[in-house]
Amino acid sequence: MANASQMALFATLFMPLVAGIWVLVFSRTDRAIRWSSILFSLVPLVLSAWLMLTYDRDAGELYGEISAPWIPMLNSNFRIAVDGLSLPLIFLTTLLSTLSLYYSARTIRTRVREYFVMFHLLELSMLGVFMALDYVLFYLFWEVSLVPMYLLIGIWGGQNRSYASIKFFIYTLVGSVAMLLAILLTYLATGTFDILMAAEAQPFMQLDDHNRLLLGSLAFWGFFLGFAFKVPSFPFHTWLPDAHTEAPTAGSVILAGVLLKLGAYGFLRIILPTFPEASQHWAWAVIAVGAVAIVYGAFVCVAQSDLKRLIAYSSVSHMGYVMLGIGAASLVLTQDGLNAVVGKFSDAVTAGQVYDSAVMALNGATLQMFNHGIITGALFLLVGIIYERAHTRDLSKFGGLSAKTPYFYGIMLVTAFASLGLPGLAGFWAEFFTFRGAFAIVPIWAAFGTIGIVMTAVYILWRIIQNVFLGEYDSDKLDHWTDVDGRHVDGPTDMVFFEKLTLWPLVIGMFVIGVYPTWLLSFFNTASVRLIMFVIGPS
Amino acid sequence: MEQFSLLAPEILLFTGGLVIFLIDVFVRDRTDSGRGYATLALFTLGAAFIASLFQTYAFFELEVAQKPVAVLNMLEIDLFAALLKAPIMLVMILITMAGSTYMNKRTERRGEFWSFFVWVTMAMSAALSASNLIMLYVAIEFLSITSYLLAGFLRDNQRSAEAGLKYFLYGAVASAAMLYGMTFVYGATGTLDLKGIAAHIAANDLSVLAPALLPATMFVMVGLGFKATLAPFFQWAPDTYDGAPTPVTIYLSTASKAIGLAVTARVFVVSMNALLVDWVPVMAGLSILTMTMGNLMALRQQDVKRMLAYSSVAHAGYLLIGITAVAAGTESYMDGINGLLIYLIAYMFTNVGAFLVVMVLEERAGRTDIGAFEGLYRRAPALAVMLTVFLLSLAGIPATAGFWGKFFVFGAAVQRQYFWLAGAGVVNAGIAAWYYVNVVRVMYFGERETDAEPVSMPIGMGAVLVVCTLVVFWIGLYPDPLIEWATTASEQLLSVGS
Repeated sequence: MANASQMALFATLFMPLVAGIWVLVFSRTDRAIRWSSILFSLVPLVLSAWLMLTYDRDAGELYGEISAPWIPMLNSNFRIAVDGLSLPLIFLTTLLSTLSLYYSARTIRTRVREYFVMFHLLELSMLGVFMALDYVLFYLFWEVSLVPMYLLIGIWGGQNRSYASIKFFIYTLVGSVAMLLAILLTYLATGTFDILMAAEAQPFMQLDDHNRLLLGSLAFWGFFLGFAFKVPSFPFHTWLPDAHTEAPTAGSVILAGVLLKLGAYGFLRIILPTFPEASQHWAWAVIAVGAVAIVYGAFVCVAQSDLKRLIAYSSVSHMGYVMLGIGAASLVLTQDGLNAVVGKFSDAVTAGQVYDSAVMALNGATLQMFNHGIITGALFLLVGIIYERAHTRDLSKFGGLSAKTPYFYGIMLVTAFASLGLPGLAGFWAEFFTFRGAFAIVPIWAAFGTIGIVMTAVYILWRIIQNVFLGEYDSDKLDHWTDVDGRHVDGPTDMVFFEKLTLWPLVIGMFVIGVYPTWLLSFFNTASVRLIMFVIGPS
Repeated sequence: MEQFSLLAPEILLFTGGLVIFLIDVFVRDRTDSGRGYATLALFTLGAAFIASLFQTYAFFELEVAQKPVAVLNMLEIDLFAALLKAPIMLVMILITMAGSTYMNKRTERRGEFWSFFVWVTMAMSAALSASNLIMLYVAIEFLSITSYLLAGFLRDNQRSAEAGLKYFLYGAVASAAMLYGMTFVYGATGTLDLKGIAAHIAANDLSVLAPALLPATMFVMVGLGFKATLAPFFQWAPDTYDGAPTPVTIYLSTASKAIGLAVTARVFVVSMNALLVDWVPVMAGLSILTMTMGNLMALRQQDVKRMLAYSSVAHAGYLLIGITAVAAGTESYMDGINGLLIYLIAYMFTNVGAFLVVMVLEERAGRTDIGAFEGLYRRAPALAVMLTVFLLSLAGIPATAGFWGKFFVFGAAVQRQYFWLAGAGVVNAGIAAWYYVNVVRVMYFGERETDAEPVSMPIGMGAVLVVCTLVVFWIGLYPDPLIEWATTASEQLLSVGS
């Protein structure tokens, strides 16, 4: 008999599929499609919240594990479970999906049925990636997520959607196929497709030093390419601005909020535990792409004239924090790496302190994944809200909106400050932990990264807040305004009820995590500690 | 007598083809609808399919037939052949069901066409089992000559005539080269039996034999590579695929190509295993060249039928990875040959489906260029969704059959640590994805409402497409049985070879 958590997990994963089939087959009218989609999406949301509440955060064990034979010939199983790392991300997925569906119910007017079917498929595949504990299953969900996202951008996207969607597809596909080779290499070395068992088997360990590092590095780079394209870390990020800018609002929310996290999740679930030696050897590469992404992304943001593109580049910068944190932690994953770090500080720190910093860096990275999901999700929604009215995203066309749309201004202000890391809001803790951890391990890179924090303040305050909201409202700049339903009006109108309702859960989330991060952090902390303990053994 | 029962599929096919041919000769009715001939062909193929299914079943389930059986010292009835025979016959059945209207409408010599069509199947079936170079040559030559006729069957259509002629000119040179190579083998080893060749090589000093055997293998590769559309012998393929009647194109690019690769695998694994080290670099080079050239040419095509033709060349390159990275006695179930089998079966059903959708449009819209697919989703949602599934399968996206083919051939390459070969595969998968997804883009993203009349299709065609879609998903989501069969078959073949 399956227990409650197993059933909840199973239902969370497959309810989107049921919803998709329901919408495809049984819903007659657009209205029915919209409402049944939203109602169906509440089920995984409630169930994932329940899973979070009932999860034993201190023990950090697998929860709701289901395992059934799938391809016995390959020793591959349908194995899903959650732990402290994946559970908050699953909740993030279901939350953003519900909000996106709710927002789309009002804003999507063409090919409604197909849109909602694609969205449910997308949710299914994202949840599947976070739950899968089998490489084949993981890869299946990973690749399947490409197709609905491709169609969402390509059919419901902006002007340049055709180019953006195909670029998104090809870039991620090349990364994924490289990952497939790494999966095969891991399988051939360990004889299992089980992600956790492969990590326990520590592939290539029986080989001599040279081959161990060679094959480990090949596997590392295969996975790295797959995940780095998705994150996307500099220099693999070029698909992102196009895809984010052209995607429909809800598509951007999911793309930035969840899909980017899949890549970072892969680092933590697969690369670090399975290939600690190669991770340590190549940690500098991860650190470098992270730190460069932070700074580069922030500088590029300042130069943007398109509001949505600016937000898109801010994702490159903010996901750089995640990479920096992961890279810093992986630098101490082996004894040699640890000795090198301790030696660099002339033994002024102990090994235990370095490990604490590594855990902190990981906590910062994981917390940033969650926070970036809600903050950037909210930012894309806010951009969508203004685009529905102004039908342009050109920053030079805006100005003085604070007087005309005070409610919108208020929400934007909170979200923007959360994004730049103001204490008391969600973004702060992630940045704090990441940099606190990274400073103790790679001080120079971390210091370099702080340039990005400064530039973040510049683009948030100057480009967004000042440019769009402050100053005098000039009606000559943009004379064609509509309300949210496309009716012509004289000037900018403020947010309406459904938009407020979409944004509020995210804003509340920013405040709650900002003031009391402990609860959320306890999930990630257990996972980070377990990850470090798993790799280096209890010390 | 017992031995002849093992030849049941071939005998059935030969008789059926002869009956159709003789009826045609004696009736000689040019105004006949041809439906009777097609039905007869369908029944013959169906009977042969059931016979080969039974054979497969006997091999997998009955203890008595676990070993390969040699018939007349010319044919070897083993799992490897049995596993491909049934799918190939099913493919021919599907083509007959979907393409009979198309063909009967375009030609008056319907009886001839369907008898050749059945005989082509017999030739393929025989080639799969051939264990002697003479038998192999005869089977391949029979297959070639009937294929030349079928490709150029629409004599009044210039492009069909060109297709036939081009195929013939290249094919004649290639089979001459193959025969020349076989004489080298005979001269060096004194036998034409595949196992006998292996035994002779094993018993003698390889360095003495190599000067004769290496060029010999290269010449044989020319002949087989021509059938399998390997670079640099694929130039005939796009023009022939494009110009030939579409049902012929479909089997040329699926079943016939499968024969080329399967026979290559058998010849090299069974008889030339000792030369493994020498032919791996050449094979790997051919593989990379084939997939890269096929993909780069496909990238430039404006016509979907031509695009699929070039892409099928690229797939031959991926398939060759399986033969290049062959490895006997592995624990991991990735010995290369099972990858070849899985890839072939997955590829056949996927490509048949994709070509059939093209055929529907060719019938309805009269053209196959990319513009004909614009907004197809609005005009024929089912057709567009199924073509999407086939294209994603060709691109190797999981949950479809094509993924498992790539999975196993790449797995074999990684197993042998041919990382550069696998890396070339990765780059090519990216290139290929572009032109597959481009068709998807056109089908769904088109805003234009012109010629928005719905595309209808005959019920038989619809049924065939649904069968292909189901097979693609079945292999994609539950590949276990296929993996097991393919692995058993490949282990049997490899145990003979080593």
